[in-house]
Amino acid sequence: MATDRRNREERATLFLAPAGITLSAVMLFPAVYILWLSLERRSLIFGTPQFIGFDNYLRLAHDPQFWNALVNTVYFTVVSVQGELVLGLLMALLLRRPFRGRGLLYAIILIPWAIPTVVSARMWEWLYNADFGVLNYLFQARINWLGNPVWALHAAIAMDVWKSTPFVALLLLAGLQSIPRELYHAAAVDGASRWTMFRRITWPALLPLILVVLIFRTIDAFRVFDSIYVLTGGGPGSSTETVSIYAYKLLFQTLEFGYGSAVAVAILMSVALATVVYAWLLRRVSP
Amino acid sequence: MRSAARGLALVLVALYSLAPFLWQIVTSLKPAHELTSLPPLLPSRIEFASYLAIFSDSPLLRAVVNSLIVAGGTTLLALVIGALAGFALARLRVRRRAAILAGVLVVSMFPPIATVSPLFLLLNALGLHDTLLALILTYTTFSLPLAIWLLTNFFRSIPEELYIASRVDGCTPFQSFYRVMLPLASPGLAAAALLVFIFSWNEFLYALSFTATTASRTVPVAIALFPGLHEVPWGDIAAASVVVTLPLLVLAMVFHRRIVDGLTAGAVKG
Repeated sequence: MATDRRNREERATLFLAPAGITLSAVMLFPAVYILWLSLERRSLIFGTPQFIGFDNYLRLAHDPQFWNALVNTVYFTVVSVQGELVLGLLMALLLRRPFRGRGLLYAIILIPWAIPTVVSARMWEWLYNADFGVLNYLFQARINWLGNPVWALHAAIAMDVWKSTPFVALLLLAGLQSIPRELYHAAAVDGASRWTMFRRITWPALLPLILVVLIFRTIDAFRVFDSIYVLTGGGPGSSTETVSIYAYKLLFQTLEFGYGSAVAVAILMSVALATVVYAWLLRRVSP
Repeated sequence: MRSAARGLALVLVALYSLAPFLWQIVTSLKPAHELTSLPPLLPSRIEFASYLAIFSDSPLLRAVVNSLIVAGGTTLLALVIGALAGFALARLRVRRRAAILAGVLVVSMFPPIATVSPLFLLLNALGLHDTLLALILTYTTFSLPLAIWLLTNFFRSIPEELYIASRVDGCTPFQSFYRVMLPLASPGLAAAALLVFIFSWNEFLYALSFTATTASRTVPVAIALFPGLHEVPWGDIAAASVVVTLPLLVLAMVFHRRIVDGLTAGAVKG
């Protein structure tokens, strides 16, 4: 009996080995190695790496460009995730009851999510074009959407909201559909208004899922790279530079591999911190 | 009245999702000189010049082939590795199963930028810089957490009696996996395959960092670095966007139910 059990465990190990090896080699090893890289002065091309302890992190603490990027990233994340959540919830509530052509509409709202981010950035770049863009025509305005620091960051946010709202809506819709109908029937019998039903039934039932969606979207928005890199390249100036774009530029444009790695570690730590906070919140609201 | 308002809102939702892409299609069909004419409305006639241009004189075709190889290879590898692991986690005796699943979830939150620099050095040391294999390896790893989660859940939803019956009939665990469980799991495999394929087709940061020439550049890199010497070739970019997005739209249209199932499975059950 004991040998049988050990056999079964060994077989399970064989089944798990390919995944374990791949994840260790291509994910866990780099995650540890980057900690070491962040303690070095290292250029991508010339010179030999030199161990400099925590100097990169001291530099990070006093690097105005890093703090600018962090503020941009946090602002981008908070505003776009909130927008996506509100719009996504409205969309989910709208799609909740069956109607003719619901399957088609499902497929249509998947489109912004399915389009490659780089492609949507190029699409929006054209829509935002100051001279020939259709947005300025529709608004009868002459706004330099991508050339003005304040407009540019919000233009990037609007694009992200457009792309991610369907994802949020579909997740929330799945949550809405798992709420038992009887609850609403009972509330209707008791004469509850629609708003009361939403506040007393829908919202509490949906809250844990909303937090899960918040975790996904926050992490995703915080590491934003593709869309802004293509839309504005971080400009004008560094008004739309996010932490991922800053790290990328350090690594592959100014070739400061050690310092760029330290910035990347700081991003990893921020994401980890946000996840822990959300997980703690989730545990508190979950029944 | 109420249903009219609702219908209007539904139309607005559809427009919101479709309009930017429809505009890109209109742009791709405009004669070149009308791109910079105001007001920017519908073209006076439809021209396919932009489409001819991107396939005769740009690295786009090569990028499409590269992307097909990378996304196809990644999907295959991730599914094989993910199905093996998912089956073991769902039906075999695994010590610390919950810890393994939690660990997989944690690594899926990893920001890609935090592994770009060490992976760059690692792939260089292995002589894989600027190769498609480098991207396949990286993408496979980064889509494994999703594949493992989806497939573990799916294998769990298949009644355990079927597995036990096949074992009683004399199958080894691997035979039972291969002959009985895998065919039953095909809807789950399809959902995972779609999500992994779309992820690999769209990924940009690694593709930008690990490739250096058109020999290994994928579609997103080609679109981002679209050649334009003096002015931005908006018509060509629009045509390229339409071409590389169409396969995804077809997938989304045909398999939207599976994609939505796959997307929601993790979040709603977890």
